[in-house]
Amino acid sequence: MNWQLPLMLAQTNDSNLENLRERTEAISMQGTTVPDSSLVREGTSNPFATEYWFPTQASSFAGEVDFLYMSIFWISLVFFVAIIGAMVYFCVKYRRKDGVIAPEPSSSHNTAIEILWSVLPSIILVWIFYVGAETWFEMRIPKENAEEIQVTAKQFGWLFTYEDGDQTNELHLVRDKPVRLIMQSEDVLHSFFVAAFRQKMDIVPGRYTYAYFEPIKDGVYRLSCNEYCGTGHSKMKTACIVHTSEEDRKNNTKWIEAEKTPFENGQRIYQIHCSGCHKVDGQAATGPALNLIWGENEKMIDGTTELVNEDYVLDSIWYPEKHIVEGYGPVSKMNSFKGILDQKDVDYVIAYLKELKSSTGDAK
Amino acid sequence: MVDASTRQKLFGTPETNFLNCSKGWKSWAFTLDHKRIGIMYLIGVTVALFLAGVFALVLRSHLFTFDSTMLSDDMYNQMFTLHGAVMVFSFIIPSIPAALGNIVLPMMLGAKDVAFPRMNLASFYLWIIGTGCLLLAILSGKGLDTGWTFYTPYSIDTNTGVIYATFGAFILGFSSIFTGLNFLVTVNTMRSKDQGWFKLPLFVWSLYATAIIQVLATPVLGITLLMLIAEKTLHIGIFDPKYGGDPVLFQHFFWFYSHPAVYIMILPAMGVISELISVYSQKRIFGYSFIAFSSVAIALLGFLVWGHHMFTSGQSLVVTLIFSAITFTVAIPSAVKVFNWLATLYKGSILLNTPMCYALSFIFLFGIGGLTGLFLGALSTDIHLHDTYFVVAHFHFVMVGGTLTALLGGVFHWWPKIWGRMYNDFLGRVGCFLVFSGFNLTFFPQFVMGSRGMPRRYASYDPEFQIFHQLSTVGAFVLGIGILLSFVVLVYAALRGPRCSSNPFRAASLEWQSSSPPDFHNFLQTPVLTDPYDFESQVYDEELDTYIPREFANPDKVAPRKEPVHH
Repeated sequence: MNWQLPLMLAQTNDSNLENLRERTEAISMQGTTVPDSSLVREGTSNPFATEYWFPTQASSFAGEVDFLYMSIFWISLVFFVAIIGAMVYFCVKYRRKDGVIAPEPSSSHNTAIEILWSVLPSIILVWIFYVGAETWFEMRIPKENAEEIQVTAKQFGWLFTYEDGDQTNELHLVRDKPVRLIMQSEDVLHSFFVAAFRQKMDIVPGRYTYAYFEPIKDGVYRLSCNEYCGTGHSKMKTACIVHTSEEDRKNNTKWIEAEKTPFENGQRIYQIHCSGCHKVDGQAATGPALNLIWGENEKMIDGTTELVNEDYVLDSIWYPEKHIVEGYGPVSKMNSFKGILDQKDVDYVIAYLKELKSSTGDAK
Repeated sequence: MVDASTRQKLFGTPETNFLNCSKGWKSWAFTLDHKRIGIMYLIGVTVALFLAGVFALVLRSHLFTFDSTMLSDDMYNQMFTLHGAVMVFSFIIPSIPAALGNIVLPMMLGAKDVAFPRMNLASFYLWIIGTGCLLLAILSGKGLDTGWTFYTPYSIDTNTGVIYATFGAFILGFSSIFTGLNFLVTVNTMRSKDQGWFKLPLFVWSLYATAIIQVLATPVLGITLLMLIAEKTLHIGIFDPKYGGDPVLFQHFFWFYSHPAVYIMILPAMGVISELISVYSQKRIFGYSFIAFSSVAIALLGFLVWGHHMFTSGQSLVVTLIFSAITFTVAIPSAVKVFNWLATLYKGSILLNTPMCYALSFIFLFGIGGLTGLFLGALSTDIHLHDTYFVVAHFHFVMVGGTLTALLGGVFHWWPKIWGRMYNDFLGRVGCFLVFSGFNLTFFPQFVMGSRGMPRRYASYDPEFQIFHQLSTVGAFVLGIGILLSFVVLVYAALRGPRCSSNPFRAASLEWQSSSPPDFHNFLQTPVLTDPYDFESQVYDEELDTYIPREFANPDKVAPRKEPVHH
């Protein structure tokens, strides 16, 4: 009720935001609401139209999700009308007449029809499963060139960190620029949900989760927490603003500017905590060299391979016993850095590893 | 061949029956009679239904306006948690098996009681203790605000009465296991002579399938909840990342029980509907063996689909894909059951009395509940719909539209048997109509809200959803009035209703061969084994105004058997 988008107003240039709102036909700013341009649609009074059931299709796969939804809708409607139609017809036609309790004898078993009504729905279900899985792969597997934004969720707010280290409390995106969210929680479970993008992913403390999408329509969309997280769960909303161009985003966002880039922070942490055992010149030391490992499949002493991604780095820093690279061990000599480095620090280390990989990789 | 006085003794209104054979509160509190225990269970679950129903109405009242201040956010969170926890653990799970099943199952087998009568009574007392612990969370002043799912790590962080409530659910689990184990042994060992598996009523099949789940799945919930308590008190590091645990592991454990538990709720309901549709169409149930085996198939497949509650939880892509595929396989046996019920209606002799109206409502509501499951089983659409009002509407259509409707239908069906008195059919049908229309008004708008992106468990919401919430709130009160009316009709019938005969509906399963109300030992004479769906086996007796087995009838007055086509 008294939630006045405090973070949003505090950190966003007011006049620019007003501009955005007008431009995107935002509907309301009072109370707990976040303006959402996705809800103003044509044809929302016809319950057989896609527009009735869904907000705007603001991501590249939203149309496919809606297509499957409406397909299931129509399949269900046909089956439902047939079932209820038959039920009502039978109840009228065969309702008990006075005094005649016993019906005329009729069949209580018919193999042909029983096979038919088992197989036909099965075929339809296989189709639904197939289409659902196909779109879902698109929703879950990111493109190579996606912009990476760190999402930090906590009771009851959002923080977004961009590649250059600048931060915001609303999510600022650029139209037609694919984005990959790397999400972490500081406390309990949360879930990232933007209905206009049809995308949702839980945010799990103690690990990284990812969400991927490509916004295709500029506007202001509602971003809400979708996994119950405590008292203020229903207030854990913010805006997701899709800008028309990179320049538009740069100029119309009030950034919380970082003093140092994530790379610089990561480099500093590396020098303080890691450099004693890990080198960045490709030479093995007490531990493996770190400069080329990001994104590679590393061989472990138990014969398995592990992809070096965010979770791998987090595990290796907090629980060094978990993955031991071939050629080291068998008992890890590394101490756990849990309690010394928090997940934010790990993010910096990851940024450092990424940068090392791309710079040394290019040099090679 | 028996004479008129024997017929009067067996099927007439008895002077002593299980209700009046002993008196005083001790004769109920320490009874080992499955019928009395069933009635006590019925009273117990009714209290739980009213309590959780009041929570629901408070919730819905709060949500009438988008910026309502009727409840604080904390109060709201506690209300939806208690509504869910009491409904699931204290009402729906025990409702049909422990209340109706207890009364009917032994009689359907021609038995005197369940296999372990003391265990049966213990189950009821565990239910009381468990529900008491659950409510202790409120009475202690701490409340409970985790949602009925107790998801970690929030349930570990919160200061509310999680330990009381989880301990209550743990005890309720034992209550459920006792009932299930009892039914398994009873069905295996106490069937009538020559009563093979395929001469069992389908309600017995469904209770048997349910009992398998209760015995196999419930222990997992028990262990999980104990581990949660251990994590909360000793910080041993299973579920909370702060201590090195994994919150997603809790979700796996939790749903490993709680998804099969959905089938604990719906399978007995399907069994009731199979009985009602067949009796009130006076027609052999269509595809008996398919319905029987589909109950078992649903029970077993139900163990393999828990991961579909976790499509957005961060579980691996491969696992998610497999869970989605298996989820669709459960749809087939459920759909075929509906087709079988329809085929049973075809060319039947359909009596649209109160229980049958509930059975038809069930087909309508469960139809919607089942079909909307397809939207949630498919991966791409589930990502959008997960944890929105769409899911809320879907599972209420299955659990309330399905289980509660079937419970009411079953209670009306067996009410004359239990009390020997008839209900007012007109008012019963009015109640059914109010339940049906109130229910649809409550939950159908929630499909629209969910698709448009309204998350569940929100204490306040965006104004454009207000109209749908208002429809929903009005519907909830209509539904409440409908249930209240049904309650009044039933209680009045039990106390003051006109006397009714032993088998007024010409049902053929064995429980109708007892008098109404039944004797303490259920049957004064060994019942004649009849096929439960062979209604020609029951003939009308004018003197007693009831249907009795052919073998007991006066041969001079009995019409010859109509030969069935084939079965």
